[in-house]
Amino acid sequence: MKLLIKDARIISPADKLDQIADILIDGSKILKIGKNIKAGAPKIIDAANKIAVPGLIDMHVHLREPGREDKETVQSGTLAAAKGGVTSVLAMPNTDPAMDSAGNIKLLKDIIQKTANVNVFICGAITKERKGKELVDIAALKKSGALAISEDGNSVDDDNVMFSAFKAAKKAGVPVICHCEDLSLSAGGVINAGFYSTKLGLRGISRESEYKRVSRDINLAKKSGSHIHIAHVSSKESIELIAEAKKTGVNITAETAPHYFTLDESAVEGFDTNMKMNPPLRRKEDLLALRGALKEGIIDIIASDHAPHTENEKEIEFERAAFGVIGLETLLAVSYTELVKTKILDWPQLLMKLTVNPARVLGLKKGLVKEGEDADIAIVSPETEWVVEKEFFLSKSKNSPFINKKLFGLVEYTICKGSIVYSKG
Amino acid sequence: MVWTKKDLLGLEYLSREEIELILSTADSFKEVSTREIKKVPALRGKTVVNLFYEPSTRTRVSFEVAAKRLSADVINIATETSSVRKGETLIDTGKNIQALNADIIVMRHNCSGAAHMLARSLDISVVNGGDGWHEHPTQALLDIFTLKEKLGRIEGLNVSIVGDIAHSRVARSNIWGLTKLGGNVTVCAPKMLIPDGIEKMGVKITNNIESALKNADAVNVLRMQFERDEKDAFPKQLEYFREFGITKERLNKSAKKIIVMHPGPINRGIEMSSDVADGDNSVILEQVTNGIAVRMAVLFLVAQANERRKNETVD
Repeated sequence: MKLLIKDARIISPADKLDQIADILIDGSKILKIGKNIKAGAPKIIDAANKIAVPGLIDMHVHLREPGREDKETVQSGTLAAAKGGVTSVLAMPNTDPAMDSAGNIKLLKDIIQKTANVNVFICGAITKERKGKELVDIAALKKSGALAISEDGNSVDDDNVMFSAFKAAKKAGVPVICHCEDLSLSAGGVINAGFYSTKLGLRGISRESEYKRVSRDINLAKKSGSHIHIAHVSSKESIELIAEAKKTGVNITAETAPHYFTLDESAVEGFDTNMKMNPPLRRKEDLLALRGALKEGIIDIIASDHAPHTENEKEIEFERAAFGVIGLETLLAVSYTELVKTKILDWPQLLMKLTVNPARVLGLKKGLVKEGEDADIAIVSPETEWVVEKEFFLSKSKNSPFINKKLFGLVEYTICKGSIVYSKG
Repeated sequence: MVWTKKDLLGLEYLSREEIELILSTADSFKEVSTREIKKVPALRGKTVVNLFYEPSTRTRVSFEVAAKRLSADVINIATETSSVRKGETLIDTGKNIQALNADIIVMRHNCSGAAHMLARSLDISVVNGGDGWHEHPTQALLDIFTLKEKLGRIEGLNVSIVGDIAHSRVARSNIWGLTKLGGNVTVCAPKMLIPDGIEKMGVKITNNIESALKNADAVNVLRMQFERDEKDAFPKQLEYFREFGITKERLNKSAKKIIVMHPGPINRGIEMSSDVADGDNSVILEQVTNGIAVRMAVLFLVAQANERRKNETVD
């Protein structure tokens, strides 16, 4: 089946493409890009005044299946992804059971095959049951399809176990995605340690708890020669460590999430549990440092850290509420509003962080709009202004910190492997 | 001015005028407690529910007495013996109380912000009777009321708060209230009990008790919560008394007669010596008496505001 996208501004930074043209899709692939394509296609999308970009690749997503299908499923999470212009997600391993064996990965792959609306790739765990003690068989995970390993949600405390993980990952050729948190410093904390934790009477999580672990993990990765990817960077000091590591040739990449460069710790005033995440929202100074690091390329990737939780887990006392917020559906619009509209990045630079760079880290041949490649495309109307409402979300959970926020940029269509998986209608 | 707020959640969220309105209303209610029949009909037909998630005697009894002196019906719920033990959420508990047509919930909770969450979810009034380490507004109001009664003003007074500042909701509410009324506040504690950035709340910091008392008009002494889990954060009890305890000798070094306050219960011989607790600088029992008038004022004002709000909605 053919699909013709007419008169779009096509931006595909991997090939430095930025031009107004048509895209002809045949089956799952892009057949042709050019002016005035006449193909007699059965389906035509008029994309005049819209932008066609590579489908977003969100490498930090919690789909919660198997185990917590009340929060999210592969089906609902990928519907949300499609609504956000995301055509590929990396599913994090903190499911129940955890993605710590080839058998469990097979279980998830079967679910993906039956119910996913976009491409779902799998991240394996680092240790069995994510208990931080016994290393998984990383080679077997890789063989069964895991593109990376991570203990996400936890950090492996034991230095030896973590060092072994880096060495095994290097051998297997997979990146290690690090959730950096020294629990001895953060335990019991619920928001950033500082003025707001003092004022609100909430126990704080220090920046040190993050950057101390970033520092350890960089050192271990350096010794092993493994690719280290630092997840959800939130603090200025972590950025400095990453910058230094890059200078000294460590094979390191890093990501941050839109809430960290958009909101600071003051958002917690009023005790809104949708502002509770781990790492926590930091100081204005950290927020500005993240924007700078995105501009300078110290932070390579923007990922949502989509973490759905039910109302029962969020509509409770702040200290008892679950950490984490959803983000698939607002990933592009928040990033565009906060980084492109403010002239920190331009469109191609933003798309590098949302498409090309995550594809590189995960070894995917994706993230580009190009003849012969997979037809994973998002069509966006960049100047559409909209307000995020709870009803907007297709995710099973509605725990977004951006509810009531005014944004620019709305996804009109998402095409995954040649099929329209979302249209605004 | 007219009180318009449905709830009383903390002093941070009040203007100077609103605090002064509570204090002047309390002033007019204080006399009720001295009558032979200690009752006025201001809240007749209203129901006040004391919902206490943390053990408390003095605050709960004080609210109960205050509500009864306003002729309200009072129900006390201690969560140890309620459905909360069966896992009911705070909002569900609140909505059930609202469905009983109660008018005001006075809540004590061990989580900071719990009163905010409840107030957001309900149409009836919520009065914060202490939430975690966050605020204890009526305690601070009664402290301020007592100080004003003794010294005639708050503007320009030097008040030192001594003790576990990091974990104290009383300290936070006092800081907001006193600074809004023009008082100068100094906090004094061992370094590990001074939380990050507290100076941004408009206070001075010292770790030296002599310096905290030097120019003070009043000292508000907090209870040391030695039962807390974080043992390392606390000096030993005797060491604490030696370094920070309020003694006659220390008070006598000051040129002024320093008023001594304490929210109770006192650890005698740890936070202050017995002769200070019972001496003529102490206003600790007057604080307890004034607590009733202040809480009567708060219950009365929020009930009135909510009544007005309901009538406006009907119109």
